[in-house]
Amino acid sequence: MASTQSNVVGAGSPALKWLLRIVVVGYLFMLIAWPSLYVVRRAFEGGVSAFLDVLSDPGVTHALQLSVKIAVVATLINLLFGVGMSLLLVRYEFPGKRALSALIDLPLAVSPIVVGLALILVYNGRYGWFGPTLEDNGIQIVFSFPGMVMATTFVALPLIIREVVPVLEDMGDEQEQAANSLGANGWQTFWRVTLPGIKWAIVYGVVLTFARSLGEFGAVKVVAGNVSGETTTAPVLVQQKYQNFEQQTAYAVAFILVAFAVVSLIIVALLRPKDHKPARATATAAIQEKI
Amino acid sequence: MATATASVAGGRPARVRRPASRHSLTKGPALGLGVLMVWFSLLVLIPLAAVIATAGEDGWGVFKDALTNEQTLNALKLTVFSSIGVTALNIVMGTIIAWVLVRDRFPGKALLDLVIDIPFAMPTIVAGLVLLSLYGPESPLGIEVNNTRKAVFLALAFVTVPFVVRTVQPVLEEMETDVEDAAASLGASRATTFRRVILPTLTPAIFAGATLSFARAISEYGSLVLLSGNLPNRTEVASVRVYSAIEGGNQQSAAAVATILLLVALVAIIVFDVIQRRLARRG
Repeated sequence: MASTQSNVVGAGSPALKWLLRIVVVGYLFMLIAWPSLYVVRRAFEGGVSAFLDVLSDPGVTHALQLSVKIAVVATLINLLFGVGMSLLLVRYEFPGKRALSALIDLPLAVSPIVVGLALILVYNGRYGWFGPTLEDNGIQIVFSFPGMVMATTFVALPLIIREVVPVLEDMGDEQEQAANSLGANGWQTFWRVTLPGIKWAIVYGVVLTFARSLGEFGAVKVVAGNVSGETTTAPVLVQQKYQNFEQQTAYAVAFILVAFAVVSLIIVALLRPKDHKPARATATAAIQEKI
Repeated sequence: MATATASVAGGRPARVRRPASRHSLTKGPALGLGVLMVWFSLLVLIPLAAVIATAGEDGWGVFKDALTNEQTLNALKLTVFSSIGVTALNIVMGTIIAWVLVRDRFPGKALLDLVIDIPFAMPTIVAGLVLLSLYGPESPLGIEVNNTRKAVFLALAFVTVPFVVRTVQPVLEEMETDVEDAAASLGASRATTFRRVILPTLTPAIFAGATLSFARAISEYGSLVLLSGNLPNRTEVASVRVYSAIEGGNQQSAAAVATILLLVALVAIIVFDVIQRRLARRG
């Protein structure tokens, strides 16, 4: 086992190996794992009943429901947009495609606050570019549900596309062409051939999008304004409660959001190996052989 | 935005394997593209254009005001310097973490893999609260960093952990160890092998991750709200300045600072790309 033949870095020198392990585990434990676990303790400081009391508070349930509603709508919009856009980007040729594919990543590099600002500059009912016209026609976007959905959709926009595009590229289009030549129409080809191939990428993208949407804070805060509790989402509620010295409530809501985030990650971790395990397993096996 | 484009394609060069046929648009797909573009413009392009247009409405005056305002200038400096520091930290730690995840085997490694993604999935405001619970006023460790510049650094380090790790990891996984063996058999020491063989291969991925990490750090808002205290001239970052300007009804100066932030992100993307190319050539 411990043959000294291989000089592959990391396979040799046990001292270095242990040093790196300790550095990595220590860093991640202190920075991420311990703080995340500590929230659990804070949330249940008053016992389970105190935690449940917090959850039965109408303000809290309203905020959680609102967050879930926004996240569901934003995820559905991004699902349609993401799958459609991925297919167009990978399977078709059109002018400006490269520029478009760069622009799609833009939301990842823009501050949530700037996202909020951008939306109110266009859709504010008083001074926005389109806001007054829309408002005259009875459509209010800023300070209400549609604006909050738009802000959330904006920040999560690239996530599904980033998952689906590489899978579509790997897949190639031979099977789709075969289906076409056997007389399948566009929809049949999509449902029977393309969709099954990108199914897991979509599921993964959707889980990420939903998790991101549920937790969006800055962009939603700007667009929602300070309009009473009506537009308070769960993350905004965490801030308000903490600053009003209702820390128990803040930690309880935070715990729910953390729990949700971790559960989504576990779901993704369980789903993902189906696509990626072979590559990873062989790489590990190869390294092991060498050791 | 070259790096961004590359990462859409999953980090691989865009035109490695061109599929046998790419269709030009027929009626149906063209209509689909039209609909999606209208939505994309209404949601992303027009609003972002509005930010730049609003900032530039009265010429350079607004930018000058923003850059001569001491509080704004301090916020921008803090944001940029903390982000550079955090990105440097991520370049080192991210590479080491990716290395351990790919090359080492020990019980609990899968858990470690999961922990790395937590900052991606956790709402930013909760990230701030989470850090506050361990490093805040009631810290069980006796470490209190809230309302200091260290808190800004801590929060940025937390939210940017996954970027370098997740870009380097796949490259390291696909890397053949044969080359390393060859280098070793030719008498290269382990350090030399790492510097001359492994590092050059990883450089593009490290810098792609660093770019994402920097862009995220300069735009961070949520995790800082509770943790940094937003003290003017001390712990206030650029996003917070933009937010206060919006709250104060001063949309134009908010737009000016926002535009400066967008420019910084753009410059960073270009600078990282140049450094990476230089390093690649030398390697």
